[in-house]
Amino acid sequence: MYSKKLMDHFENPRNVGEIPDADGIGTEGNPVCGDVMKIFIKVKDGRIKDAKFKTFGCGAAIAVSSMITEMAKGKTIEEALSITKESVADALDGLPPQKQHCSNLGADALHKAIEDYRKKHQGKGEG
Amino acid sequence: MRKVYMDYIATNPLHPDVLNAMMPYFKEHFANPLSIYEPAIKVREAIEDARAKVASLINAKPNEIIFTSSGAEANNFAIKGIALANQKKGRHIITSLIEHHSVLNTARFLEKSDFVVTYLHPDKHGIVDPDTVKKAITNETILVSIMLANPEIGTIEPIEEISKTLKDRGIIFHTDAVAATGNIPVDVKALGVDLLTMSAHLFYGPKGAGALYLKEGTRIIQLIYGGIQEGGRRAGTENIPAIVGMGKAAELAERELEARMNHLRPLRNRIIEFALNNIDKIHLTGHPEQRLPGHASFVVEYIEGESMLLLLANKGIYCASGSACTSKALKSSPVLHAIGIPDHVAQGSVVFTIGQETNEDDVDYFNKIFKDVIQRLREISPYARGWGDMEGKECTAKN
Repeated sequence: MYSKKLMDHFENPRNVGEIPDADGIGTEGNPVCGDVMKIFIKVKDGRIKDAKFKTFGCGAAIAVSSMITEMAKGKTIEEALSITKESVADALDGLPPQKQHCSNLGADALHKAIEDYRKKHQGKGEG
Repeated sequence: MRKVYMDYIATNPLHPDVLNAMMPYFKEHFANPLSIYEPAIKVREAIEDARAKVASLINAKPNEIIFTSSGAEANNFAIKGIALANQKKGRHIITSLIEHHSVLNTARFLEKSDFVVTYLHPDKHGIVDPDTVKKAITNETILVSIMLANPEIGTIEPIEEISKTLKDRGIIFHTDAVAATGNIPVDVKALGVDLLTMSAHLFYGPKGAGALYLKEGTRIIQLIYGGIQEGGRRAGTENIPAIVGMGKAAELAERELEARMNHLRPLRNRIIEFALNNIDKIHLTGHPEQRLPGHASFVVEYIEGESMLLLLANKGIYCASGSACTSKALKSSPVLHAIGIPDHVAQGSVVFTIGQETNEDDVDYFNKIFKDVIQRLREISPYARGWGDMEGKECTAKN
């Protein structure tokens, strides 16, 4: 059902946790339907220095969270905004079709975290 | 790595004696039992021997047993067949919200053909109260179908009491006993049912072998038309090895039933007690006492079932879940919904069903791993400190 790479990210998720002084936090999903992802980012000089996540959900949801935080780290805000659901799924060597919709919330959560960061830091010359 | 199979409710391994009994019917005894020569007569006798054994397991007469390909077929046959045979008397059917898909989807099919179906709500333990059955009866009611035991929450239904409320009303009573037969005592006379569904692979028999008990004198319309097999009630050349296997499995189940239950109960209790005493925010689903002897089912808060299943499988533990993510339809279990478990909590559903091969070391190994897996996933979960405000949340996503 799941690719080797996906299983690796599920069994050994990278970047689990919270960033207490996060610059941006984004949450996507609803536990009533299935998965919820919460992504925390730390931004410095326009780049995502650190990204962490907390996720409620299936194997795919946890692997997506792990992968997207890996992909986001070190990227500029603009580069991070260009990460899509498809690029995350590709990086995991694909997702089963029924998991595409409900478990692939990483990109949305990340974009929300960036939005949150921008709102907080508007006009502060950061980012 | 230790392997602990804990999904006996999905299917059982074949008993070695059952396999041995079946083998000759794949090779030497291959004749079509409808033929008149000697080898065919031998096969015919084997079928009748199996029929007698299956009948004996549930205290029925051999001519009251109709072999089918599965429990699902038997449920379809029972419900469609009784509805069609009695549609002139009335078109109302009573069942419950926690029945197997083969009952519920058949009932829904009949609704499209102008039958009216009442789906009863069970209580929080999954018990269908006989009073609710009584209250649902109308002059049009022809059939009641309530399962004997629920595979997902293990609850054993008060079938005897329900049958008493139906007595002398001319309403036919069917019970889906797939999860129960061969696992707890099943006596059609004591239960007071007119039809009963069973499946061999849930009592160490082969897959592809089911049976319907049809009380003598009960009229039914066939599901499968064709030849005169099964007394003209179910056409199709018999699956002889499967039928022979079901007979052998029934014989063993009848002989060993008490010992099997005594093996399972303490192991099941060991699982339930460990979980409830050592893990926070875990709840037993189904009835605490009126439950299948090898059945332990839970909802674990703040985490999701499929991720539990995958991590348990990594440690060689194989089990089931009713979570949305586990189901192909991405819908959480209607059974958990029907017993009032909120959908976000139902996501943490896990079902452990043990069998004769399970031992105490397996259970202790499982208990430790189960606790570790929950802890690991809760470390990842954003809800580890509580659900927050989940009141009235609904799923609006289009899956």
